[in-house]
Parts: sequence; C-alpha cells; structure tokens
Amino acid sequence: MATLIDLAQHYNYIVTIFLMMAGLYIVIARGNMVKKLIGLSIFQTSVYLLYIEPGKIIGGTAPIIDPAFSVYSNPLPHVLILTAIVVGVATLALGLALVVRINEAYGTVEEEEIVEKDRDV
Amino acid sequence: MKAVWPHLPALQVVIPLIGALLAGFMRRGTTAFALALVVSWLMPVIAVCMLWQVLSSGTISYHLGGWEPPWGIEYRVDALNGFVLVLVSVVGAVIMPFARRSVAFEIAAPQRAWFYCMYLLCLTGLLGIAITGDAFNAFVFLEISSLSTYVLIALGPDRRALVAAFQYLIMGTIGATFYVIGVGLLYLLTGTLNMADMAVRLAEAWPGQSPAVIAALTFVTVGVSLKLALFPLHAWLPNAYAYAPSWATAFLAATATKVAIYLLIRFLFSVFGASIDVRALPLSDILMALSVAAMFIASTVAVFERNVKRMLAYSSVAQIGYITLGIALANQAGLTGGLVHIVNHALMKAALFLAVGAVFYRACPMNLTDLAGIGRRMPLTMTAFTIAGFGLVGTPGTSGFISKWYLAIGAIERGWWPLVIAIMASSLLALLYVGRVLEVAWLRKPSPAIADASDPPLSMLLPLLVLALATIYFGIDTEWTAGMASTVAKALLGGVR
Repeated sequence: MATLIDLAQHYNYIVTIFLMMAGLYIVIARGNMVKKLIGLSIFQTSVYLLYIEPGKIIGGTAPIIDPAFSVYSNPLPHVLILTAIVVGVATLALGLALVVRINEAYGTVEEEEIVEKDRDV
Repeated sequence: MKAVWPHLPALQVVIPLIGALLAGFMRRGTTAFALALVVSWLMPVIAVCMLWQVLSSGTISYHLGGWEPPWGIEYRVDALNGFVLVLVSVVGAVIMPFARRSVAFEIAAPQRAWFYCMYLLCLTGLLGIAITGDAFNAFVFLEISSLSTYVLIALGPDRRALVAAFQYLIMGTIGATFYVIGVGLLYLLTGTLNMADMAVRLAEAWPGQSPAVIAALTFVTVGVSLKLALFPLHAWLPNAYAYAPSWATAFLAATATKVAIYLLIRFLFSVFGASIDVRALPLSDILMALSVAAMFIASTVAVFERNVKRMLAYSSVAQIGYITLGIALANQAGLTGGLVHIVNHALMKAALFLAVGAVFYRACPMNLTDLAGIGRRMPLTMTAFTIAGFGLVGTPGTSGFISKWYLAIGAIERGWWPLVIAIMASSLLALLYVGRVLEVAWLRKPSPAIADASDPPLSMLLPLLVLALATIYFGIDTEWTAGMASTVAKALLGGVR
C-alpha cells in the first residue's frame, strides 16, 4: 500500500515514462515513416516533461528576488527545454522534409515497400 | 593578436557558425567553397594555438558571455579536447581542397552552396561538442552536427541516400534523446550542468554506486554509443557512409564518430570517474565484449561486401571497436592505444574514402568487380589507398601498428591474453577485406570500362597523398600522436578513483 501511495504521489513521472516508452515503441514498431516521426516526437516531448517537472517546487514562486518570498521555482529547466523544443522542431521538420523527398523518389513512405523497390533495381 | 588571444575558444566555434550563415546566403558553389576553405584553414591555427597554450600553461577556461561557471556556459580546453579539436580541424583543413571538384561532380549546381553551408554547420557542431564544458550545451552541439549531417547524407546522388539519412535521423535522435535523459538525471542529482562541477558534486554527494547515478551513466553511455556506432548500435552507419557524397563520407568517417567517442571518454573518466569506479561496473565488460564483437563481426561482413564504400563503412565499425576496446581496458597503455587510434583511424579512413571518391570522380563504378586493374590507370590514387589499407591492417611501419601495439600491451597488463590473439586475428580479417580490393585493383587486367581513367587533378591528389604519408609518418615518428595520447591517458586516469 505504501508503495502505491508513493507511486501515486509521483504520478507525473509515471506519465513521463509512459510517454517515453510509448514514443520509443512507435518508432520501433511502425514501418510508416510519418508514424515513426510521430513516435519520435512523443519520445522527445516526454523528455521535456522529465526536465520541467522537478523545476516546479510546490509553494514556490517565480524566481524574482523579493523579501516576502523564500521559496522559488527553478527557472533553468524551462530555458533548457526551450532549446530542446527548438531542436525537436528542427528534427521533425527535417524528418518530414526527408519523407517528402522519399515519397517523391519511391512513391511510398512504407519502409518495407522501399526495401522491396530497391531490391528490384 | 593580443585582443584575439583570450577569445580563441569562442572563435573556434563562432567562425564556422558565421561561415555557415554566409555560405547559406551564397548562390554559387565556388564562392561558398572559397569561404569553406578559408574557414577550414583557419580552424587548425586556432586549435593548435589553444593546444600549445594548454600544454604550456594548463587548462583554458573561457566564460561565455562573462558568466562565471557553473552558472554560465564554460568552454574548457584541456589536453584531451585540445587534442580532439586539433584532429577535427586538421582533417577538415587537409581534405577541404578535394571537395571542390568532387562536390561539383556529384551534386547539382543549385545545391552546392548548401552543401558547404551544411559542412560548416557540421564543423561548428563537432568543434562545439569537443570544446564545451557544459553537458547540455554538448547536446545542442550534438544536434547541430547531427542535423547538418543528415542533410549532407541526403545530398548523395542516389535515392537510397534519402532513406539512409532518414534512418540515421531516427537512430541519431534516439541517441541524442537518451543522452539528454542521462544529462537530465545528472542535473536532478547534482543541480549543475557544468561537467567539471558535476564531477565534484557527484563525488561529494553520491559516493558509491547509487542507482540514480548508474541510471544516468547508462543513458549517457547508450545515447553516445548510438552516435559513435558501437557494434550493435551501428545499423545507421553502413548505408549513411555508402550513399553520402564521397567527400562528406570522408569528412564524417574521420571526425563525427571520433567526437562522439571523445564525449564518451569525457563522461566515463572525467564526470563519472571521480565518484564511481567505472572499471568495476559490468559496463566495462560489456564494452569490451561489444568491442571484440565489432572487431570480428563487422570485419567479417566487410570481407563479403561488394560495394567498396560499404566495405570501408563496415571496416569503420570494426576499427571503432579497437578504440572502445582501449576505453574498456582503461589502463595507461590501453587508453593510449584507444586515443592514438582515434587519430590514426581518422587519418587513414579519410585517405581511403578520398581514394574511393577520386576513383568515383574518374571512373564512376563502385562495385568491387568494376575496379579491375584500376591501379594501373590511377597509380597514385591506388598507392595512397594501399598505404592507408595497410594502416587498417596494422602492418608495422604504418600508424595502425602503433595503435594495436599499445592495445596489445594494455591487454597483457590486464592479463587478458586472449584479447591479444583477438586483436591479431581481427587484423587478419582486415588483411582479407583490404587485400581483396588490392588484388582486384593491381593484379587484374584493366577493364575497358575504365579505359580513360587517370589520376585526378592535383587539388584532389594532394590531400589524399598527404593523408597516406601521414599514415606512414605516424607509424615511425610517434612523438606527436602516441606521446600526446599517453599524456592525455595519464591525465584521465589520474582523475579517476
């Protein structure tokens, strides 16, 4: 029972890990390149949560020094994750651009069919 | 000069970054090439100045934007990354002249300027990973270099290049995300992102094998191993190298995986080494087993590979096995062997891929059987190929021998005799796959398909010959390479528990 309560109190990490595993599973299990990219995006997004969550301190305020407050939330994870979001967007955009080019060259975005077509040549 | 001197660490990264931006504005390939050439030739000057400064007066710590570490981002150059910076920038500078004709031949005119733009961006990322002392900043640079690498690969002439780039994008992003998860855990544990600070705080607050530290170590190791193509995680590499433009392959094979190896060494020895004995973890045994597997399995695949570029790519996986073997041995001689092989392998693999690029420029075919008698048509190119090929095998008198010599001594010091035999046996496999090309190239009658092939122009031949001669030179005079590697290994091992 104690472990259950412990888990419930850290439900945010459970959500994070679930998203992480779901994303990674989609990347591995799906042959469709667009779906792979969606999985990859979910996987990356879960890491944003992993960083952001511990930055929030219950009862903490925005980190502006004021004698009235003594507990502040950590702003650094937000800054880091802004950078990571930019990286994630760039990766997704490049990935989709590649998928468009692959679709033009092969006429399909299914990995198996692409392997099949290259074997014929 | 006085004003520039203290800012060398920033310039090392900022110059190629601005170069990339300018190249992106250019429409013509030749102007972009000239810009890339200037930037590439400037980089080793900066890197050598910094290494000299490190060797004469100790570690350089540069505070980006004037913010004190550990709050601000610190660029920290010590003997290890000074050495990596010199390697990456020198390889870039030496092979740059080759690019003009090769790129003009393989890439359509509107995309040439973009090619150089992406190369400069990739150079920025690689130098950035090597120079930064901040774990998260390293992730950003890792992604800069990776994203530009995907584009470089996708610019390859074959449509399979697109699929190879896509596969690398998926694997590379998973690797980088694993790395960033590991860094996130470390940040939770220590509250800092500065690597040096992290090492100190880990040792103070988390002595012994805390599961959280082990989890962070695992994520970082797996993530970086994907990037450096450690054996079972190498699936992206053969196709990426085979279908990328020839010059991009030579550049990436010589630098990209090496910088990832640097990052692994940095984390294992400098960040984690101070708090946990990495050698006592199963990690060390796993790394060793995978290295040996790489040496044998990848070499065996290379023996049966028909496409020469793919064969060399599999050989890269095998040679990376030697480097990680040196890391796994983690003693003075073993680590020296691993580090010196980073340099030696970079130089000879660049020579081999350039030689293949030169053959492609003159004769086009890439399958082994089409190369019959190419040695008589392109004697200088194939001589360079032969020398670098013997370097891969580890023939005495070439730099490959030096690396394997140190690795063997390292294995004997740990008392693992079978490893010495494994190193020798895998060299025989290398002899088989290199020998197969040499036999076809030199001993067979030239086929009519390559009747008008001849050695490429001087701008292509010279980088090739310089690299091939370096393979011999560093096999005889090892003061620069092995001497430097030994100093670095000593410093690294001095910092671990």
